[in-house]
Amino acid sequence: MKSIATALVLGSSALKIGEAGEFDYSGSQAIKALQQEGIRTILINPNVATIQTSEGLADEIYFIPVKPEFVETVIERERPDGILLGFGGQTALNCGLELARRGVLKKYGVEVLGAPIATIEDTEDRERFVARLDEIQVDTPRSEPTTSVEQALEAAEAIGYPCMARVAYALGGLGSGICRDKEALEELATRAFAHTDQLLIEEYLEGWKELEYEIVRDRYDNCITVCNMENINPMGIHTGESMVVAPSQTLSDDEYHQLRELALKVVRHLGVVGECNIQYALSPKGNAYRVIEVNARLSRSSALASKATGYPLAFVAAKLALGKSLTEIDNSVTKATCACFEPALDYIVVKAPRWDLKKFQGVSEQIGSAMKSVGEVMSIGRTFEEALQKALRMLEIGAKGAVCNDGITFDDLQSELANPTDRNIFAVAQALEQGMSVEQVCEITRIDRWFVDKLARLVELVQQLKRQGSKTVAKPLMLEAKQAGFSDAQIALATGKSEADVFARRQKLGVTPWAKQIDTLAAEYPAATNYLYLTYHGQEHDVGFEQGAVTILGPGAYRIGSSVEFDWCCVNTAKTLRTLNYRTIMVNHNPETVSTDYDECDRLYFEELSFETVREIYALEKPLGLILSMGGQIPNNLAVRCADAGMRVLGTSPKDVDRAENRNTFSSLLETLNVPQPPWRELTSFQQAYDFAQEVGFPVLVRPSYVLSGAAMAVAVDETQLADFLDKAAEISPDYPVVISKFVDNAKEIDVDAVSQDGEIVAWAVSEHVENAGVHSGDATLVLPPQRTYLETMRRIRQVTAHVARSLSINGPFNIQFLAKNNQVMVIECNVRASRSFPFVSKVLKKNFIDIATRVIMGRPFSSPERSFLDLDYVGVKAPQFSFTRLEGADPTLGVEMASTGEVACLGIDFDEAFLKALISVGFRFPLKSVLLSTGPIESKAAFLNGAKRLRRLGIELYATGGTAEFLARNDIESTVLSWPLDEKPNSAIDVIKKRQVDLVINIPKHYQKEELANDYLIRRAAVDFDVPLLTNLQLAQRLTEALERIPMDQLKVRRWSSYE
Amino acid sequence: MTVKQVKLVLEDQTEFLGQSFGADRPAAGEVVFNTGMVGYPETLTDPSYRGQLLALTYPLVGNYGVPGPERDEHGIPLHFESGQIQISGLLVCEYSQHYSHFDALQSLGQWLADAGIPAVTGIDTRALTRRLREKGTMLGKIVSADDEVPFFDPRTRDMVSLVSPKEISELGAPRKEAPTVVLLDCGCKGSIARSIVKRGIHVVRVPYDHYFLDLDYDGLLISNGPGDPQMCAATIRHVEHALAVGKPILGICLGHQILALAGGAETYKLKFGHRSQNQPCVAYEENGNGKPALSKRCVITSQNHGYAVRADRMGNDWRPWFQNANDGTIEGIRHRSKPFWGVQFHPEAKPGPTDTAWIFDEFTRAVKEGRR
Repeated sequence: MKSIATALVLGSSALKIGEAGEFDYSGSQAIKALQQEGIRTILINPNVATIQTSEGLADEIYFIPVKPEFVETVIERERPDGILLGFGGQTALNCGLELARRGVLKKYGVEVLGAPIATIEDTEDRERFVARLDEIQVDTPRSEPTTSVEQALEAAEAIGYPCMARVAYALGGLGSGICRDKEALEELATRAFAHTDQLLIEEYLEGWKELEYEIVRDRYDNCITVCNMENINPMGIHTGESMVVAPSQTLSDDEYHQLRELALKVVRHLGVVGECNIQYALSPKGNAYRVIEVNARLSRSSALASKATGYPLAFVAAKLALGKSLTEIDNSVTKATCACFEPALDYIVVKAPRWDLKKFQGVSEQIGSAMKSVGEVMSIGRTFEEALQKALRMLEIGAKGAVCNDGITFDDLQSELANPTDRNIFAVAQALEQGMSVEQVCEITRIDRWFVDKLARLVELVQQLKRQGSKTVAKPLMLEAKQAGFSDAQIALATGKSEADVFARRQKLGVTPWAKQIDTLAAEYPAATNYLYLTYHGQEHDVGFEQGAVTILGPGAYRIGSSVEFDWCCVNTAKTLRTLNYRTIMVNHNPETVSTDYDECDRLYFEELSFETVREIYALEKPLGLILSMGGQIPNNLAVRCADAGMRVLGTSPKDVDRAENRNTFSSLLETLNVPQPPWRELTSFQQAYDFAQEVGFPVLVRPSYVLSGAAMAVAVDETQLADFLDKAAEISPDYPVVISKFVDNAKEIDVDAVSQDGEIVAWAVSEHVENAGVHSGDATLVLPPQRTYLETMRRIRQVTAHVARSLSINGPFNIQFLAKNNQVMVIECNVRASRSFPFVSKVLKKNFIDIATRVIMGRPFSSPERSFLDLDYVGVKAPQFSFTRLEGADPTLGVEMASTGEVACLGIDFDEAFLKALISVGFRFPLKSVLLSTGPIESKAAFLNGAKRLRRLGIELYATGGTAEFLARNDIESTVLSWPLDEKPNSAIDVIKKRQVDLVINIPKHYQKEELANDYLIRRAAVDFDVPLLTNLQLAQRLTEALERIPMDQLKVRRWSSYE
Repeated sequence: MTVKQVKLVLEDQTEFLGQSFGADRPAAGEVVFNTGMVGYPETLTDPSYRGQLLALTYPLVGNYGVPGPERDEHGIPLHFESGQIQISGLLVCEYSQHYSHFDALQSLGQWLADAGIPAVTGIDTRALTRRLREKGTMLGKIVSADDEVPFFDPRTRDMVSLVSPKEISELGAPRKEAPTVVLLDCGCKGSIARSIVKRGIHVVRVPYDHYFLDLDYDGLLISNGPGDPQMCAATIRHVEHALAVGKPILGICLGHQILALAGGAETYKLKFGHRSQNQPCVAYEENGNGKPALSKRCVITSQNHGYAVRADRMGNDWRPWFQNANDGTIEGIRHRSKPFWGVQFHPEAKPGPTDTAWIFDEFTRAVKEGRR
């Protein structure tokens, strides 16, 4: 192996479903490992909200698309000796494979560090994979491609019934299904072959257990398994959708080691160097197994395994990629032992997925073989019950645990059990509560009995608590309940007491949690580890407590609207605190984060962000205070309660945080400041809602407090839409009021991110949205510095921001969202905390706003930005990343509910250049040869006229649906007319998308309303399903055509972040 | 169900409270901990644990129940390492009353109760482990308000005599067709015997103090077993003779210590022993000048021992073979020129990783070659 002086690391770009924050964690660890070896590191990743793209890690960072053309330019310039492909998910892996295929790596003599290309190809190509495993007699699921009904029946005969029939290249798996006998298959196949050319007949591993092993191998052929994990849900539910435990709970030594031995055999045969995982199906009735897949790279589960065991997989994998042996690497937890060992856990870990399906229109809530979850949590306990209930609370979906959930109800439990949805685990608990037997539940769900028995125990404990409820709960039961993971609120609900009563009773009985360490070796060796969790099983703490640390609360599970950006904020807060010589305590429970990396703080509690847990940690640690303003809304919401309970909250006073959070107090504050806001009112009946909407005029924004189905917010353009929404989607009553506010049409939206010290602004940045108001700010394309905002507007914004900061005495980070129209500005909302765009503005301005905010909060010296954001010689553009492809059926439009799962930001010499690079980073492909236009109502058709002309001038062929084509023709613009999908005529819009005859679809919805006409929906959905880039926003489409006309593709600059000055 | 409160009392008077399961009676012994996460049926039946109260650091125990007593065609139990539970008592954090496994015959609690072995759940096993790690292995007893016992020190007894068979027996391939290995059974785990038998060997299993040198044999296997190897004076003497004979010898765990003692080494008691399935052992290789040096090759091993070999006085004929990557203790030795091997770990696994099963291949190959 040649010596490596410079290494190139590919990141995973924007967060998306299936590829999320875990790759910031693994990439950051890899860079740390390279740094430690004195290697110059170049990173390519346009994900601006990540830690890995922060100052102080990689030597050079490129905020450019992770695409072969761009990466090649970097290779040409930087001349790296090696490239790491395993730390940036599928994005980096695919890009690396393509670079190898194009001969780029060979041309520049770049060595692939870690698993070689051939190994990656063996694991990525299904046929090669099966063939390679056949060579060593390792079983894989049997699968047969067929092209006719007869062939399908033949294949099924050989594979055996029941079998799985999978329609190849179908829209989201439509038409696939389980066939229990010949008749069923014949019927399905006949139907399927009417639409498809290929049907896969696969072995159906019904009720088999699903397991995963994380493997590490070095180039000396040392091979270890770091962790194994067991899915609670059986085969058939994607592992990203399943609840998972680590280590496995229902395997015997024979089974555990049979699979371990196989894993080592497979990994050695494939020649992986570094880290990989192997996924198994295991029969619950014997030792039959199938290898489902091998990922020769770091993955979501490797991040989970790292956090579950304390073994830094990515760090070690990077060292191994450089040719080190496992025996040469220290165990960074114990600091006394080496990395060549297999962690012994003395606790159990539960991972639970976090879904946000309600944010989408048209998505099924059923979970299955496709991943839909957007984040996950991990909990640690000494028993399954303890960890499970913690995990379910950590999800922050309103669940109090596995039981005692008054808000979660089911219409048809039986069907819920048989067809699992995102609420599956609660259905199991409720079925048991309602008297269904453990056997029945197992029979229907195919969940292993061990897990169901544990849930049954929780149900039984609730009964016991209820029986004792009238009296005070005795110590043995109190302890048992706490050991089974019951929160004070759950016990309160079961016993008819208040949470405060339960807490007081518990204090009196002396039932409090113990702090235990994660040390990788089950206490066998002394470990200097600072990685902690709380449990009620114990009789002593593992660690002592020293007062005076600063406690930071993290953001919890990634979800739509709260993601890696808050991890960035928390990690940077900790960094600054350490620079200022404060000891830091981090509380967070998201395994995909850097903030839960135990070397980022002095003490890490991998724990709930609930009031109860925070109070327990506070009581143990007696910190200097809490920082709640960096982790997004979850910690921010705790401010008042923590302050009321006597905890010290650092930064802006909780009283003032609350004044901004509460709609009424904030509104009156704005009134006293003479700051306009869109008129709004809280209403409790339909009639009041209509009357108010009439009064302020349509369109109006409707925000119900109780949602029946679909998204929580909507824009109604007329009375009918308002009625529809309130009828179908929301409840409105004195208990569940609805907030109606005037929706301002054609307004610009502007974000201010700022830091203020005792009410005086010390740093601020203004970003304008490309899209007009009506698109959620998280889905908007942000531009910094603003390019099209009037000076007068900017002046007003500055004034209002200063007023608000002063009146709330803000001491720390905050964000205000403005509407601007005709030099009038209105305030939409104010968050007295760090916002989603803090990393973006910090990195574009090259001034870390979190560092300033932290210093302000601690009352320490800081330096304000030397120059104004208006003086920048370049432009930063932040673009959203959507994951609609993963969300079968979801309508891919933009609206008032946030739908994006991630973001990128690129820098450029001007808006157009940065904008195009940002679009390419989130999946747009240029140059365009042909575009499908369907530009909606007449106003937007007219507004896009110039855009269409520009496209034609660029020689781009236009396809258009009826009305749009006619409009274009009237304006002398040539286009090919396509029929509407529902007309079922030849040459439909869907056909050209399916055949990929168009490179871009521009479909502008007719209204703000999400429920769009079926035709338009079908066009949008087809674009997503067939991977044709889609634009649904008029302003975005306009700006794109302008940019395309001004900047040829070959003039997009590939420049280091450091070169933008 | 009434839960009986019991406690574990250590010789330093530390107490750990818990609830009784298994047999309702007190017990005393040496308290040790094992950090393996699976394999309690195998562990509990390992004769090396005789005289010990075993704490499992993995908190959930009993999840997959206990399989039946079926034996293979050689009469070796399929799922256990011997015909009975060997530990004197079991200490866990959370006993899982409900179990789930296709192979399970009964619950762990029932199995222990039937065998008269007491067990305690609800113990802070992590606190206990930390105590043992800091103060070293201690004596302890499981007692309740109405049931006391005195401490019992297994070091005062020849524990091997309790677990070694009284009679000679034969198993495996017929003598005429296969090479013969004498298995010096000091409390042999069934899987060790099976590992040899399934490689086509005829095995003569003899009591640990049996003078086997007048038997017609092609190789010698010295098994694992409980307690202090220096208690096995007769066995060590016999092995010294076997070294002179020169036929292949493999010592495992206690057998490795006996082999080392016979070869002139010393043994000593570890502070708290190695009892786990994740012990990394780095192999030695010969460097340029023919001296042993640590290589970059490391195996993960299953271990259960309280004593270790000090190899520095072994003389020139012996070489270190493996070293523990965590604490630097000797994990294996081999002879410079003769087919003698000793490993402190368990190549037969059960429970634990199977990485070193090749050691049986190497041994049986030497046995077969020697016979030819």
